[in-house]
Amino acid sequence: MSVDTETVARIAALARIKVSEAELEAMVPELNGILAWVEQLGEVDVTGVEPMTAVIPNTLRLRDDVIDADPLTAGGRRDEVLANAPAAEHGFFGVPKVIE
Amino acid sequence: MIVTEITDLGVKAIRDGVAAGEFSAVEVAEAFNANVAAAAVLNAFIVATPEAALDAAKSTDAKRAKGEDLGTMGGVPIGMKDLFATRGVQTSAASHILEGFLPEYESTVSQNLWNAGAVMLGKLNLDQFAMGSSNETSYFGNVVNPWRRNDGGNAALAPGGSSGGSSAAVAARLCPAATGTDTGGSIRQPAAFTGITGIKPTYGRCSRWGIVAFASSLDQAGPMARDVTDCAIMLEAMAGFDPKDSTSLDMPVPHWEAGLSPDMKGKRVGVPREYRMDGMDADVAKSWDQGIEWLKQAGAEIVDISLPHTKYALPAYYIVAPAEASSNLARYDGVRYGLRDLPDGAGLQDMYAATRAAGFGAEVKRRILIGTYVLSAGFYDAYYTQAQKVRTLISLDFRNAFESCDVILAPTAPTAAFALGEMTSDPLSMYLNDVFAVPASLAGLPAMSVPAGLNREGLPLGLQIIGNMFDEQGVLNAGLALEQAAGFSAKPERWW
Repeated sequence: MSVDTETVARIAALARIKVSEAELEAMVPELNGILAWVEQLGEVDVTGVEPMTAVIPNTLRLRDDVIDADPLTAGGRRDEVLANAPAAEHGFFGVPKVIE
Repeated sequence: MIVTEITDLGVKAIRDGVAAGEFSAVEVAEAFNANVAAAAVLNAFIVATPEAALDAAKSTDAKRAKGEDLGTMGGVPIGMKDLFATRGVQTSAASHILEGFLPEYESTVSQNLWNAGAVMLGKLNLDQFAMGSSNETSYFGNVVNPWRRNDGGNAALAPGGSSGGSSAAVAARLCPAATGTDTGGSIRQPAAFTGITGIKPTYGRCSRWGIVAFASSLDQAGPMARDVTDCAIMLEAMAGFDPKDSTSLDMPVPHWEAGLSPDMKGKRVGVPREYRMDGMDADVAKSWDQGIEWLKQAGAEIVDISLPHTKYALPAYYIVAPAEASSNLARYDGVRYGLRDLPDGAGLQDMYAATRAAGFGAEVKRRILIGTYVLSAGFYDAYYTQAQKVRTLISLDFRNAFESCDVILAPTAPTAAFALGEMTSDPLSMYLNDVFAVPASLAGLPAMSVPAGLNREGLPLGLQIIGNMFDEQGVLNAGLALEQAAGFSAKPERWW
């Protein structure tokens, strides 16, 4: 499978990355080079093979159902949560207007 | 009497020297701070923290004066790859989008190291978001390998990647050890390129909590140092169960340092025939043969093994890793932390797209786009599911191999360090440099690189030991046997 300019533009839109026309033109052959190379995986007979879900056998743990069990990720940390926000206002994350 | 400079000492020698009062932790910190300050041209550090190193060293000395236990890394100054969140110290992942990010928390691995008595010299440069094999994708500029070819040309060489700041700093004696992370070879390949030692433990040994995520099913932290013993000491300090990481291994951390033994009697060393590729670099092939001979002399039995899906490891990796990266890096949205680019009159969606365009470098964008494409509707099964099935087969290859051997010996990388700029025109040629490193990553296995000797250009080559899951001890012991046989003592001549 190969991609054209239109497909790359659509992927970039899905990935929320703005790309210029010139960047698109440059990316198409690069991505096609990589995609053509990974095509070789199609040669592998995977009949009856399960896709890997856990690289090391492990079970997902459940923690005790306790409110604020880990104080580090519990509530009451608004200022720390906002400390690195580029536009924190009045104790909230600031974003551009989204409703007309 | 030969006076050894403090900065030539490793982790164990510094720890033991500080504990015995041969020198103070402050003297150690000052010596390394001076080397860091004098090596700006290597660009190994993004942020140096000399005052913090001194303060921590002072408290180590105060503890010693009071007779307190200094810990297994007491007074040892280290470099921290700038992928680990460090409270109040910029954590950028070498990206523009996280430039200026000051974590409000400390990563589990770095906290474990501080708890063991280690001291931080600063944050080390890397490939942006750990995506690269040459440290050329950093927003903060290339790291220069302290090694040079013996041709007198003085070409600036790559330190490997992604842990290129770590490898350059340890090789240049800016720190006795540094943290690295390995997603597809990012500890082992840079270690090989700079003549140092590095180990990636079994997936889950070191907590991923507080490490900037790249590909979560592959990312694993590990130490980079100048010998096997130092790696054992530091890995022991870094590892441990962490309830904050859902894939953390709930197992006791073995005493790897105490268990070290170079005796290979009764051990079977597998040599994978698929790794001997057509057109292999003659010096790399020679050093591999030499490694086989060394382990044989150390008492090991050499076994021919087959890892039939080796060829497919890299293409599988370049589907799985970008897919996970595209998901992980969705968090950089210009809202919660990091860069925001808000063009005049832009709405929320435009802000996301402008922020991510300005904040990510070319390689990061390339991988996000590949990942987005292979996960998109209609292509998911053909690419991602197929790659995860191939990953299962690669894992089974290793499982079968470990029925007839205890550890596997292979080269770490197909070449010695290449020149900066030599590989950047074609992303694929760069990816191929991780051909020997990626299979163990896909299978989550412990693997280490040990310096084996110099090639015809006077550059270090590494040998790789891959072990069965949870068998870091077997890997370290085989590494120690190689280290003792190789007697590698070369170091880069100081030109910086």
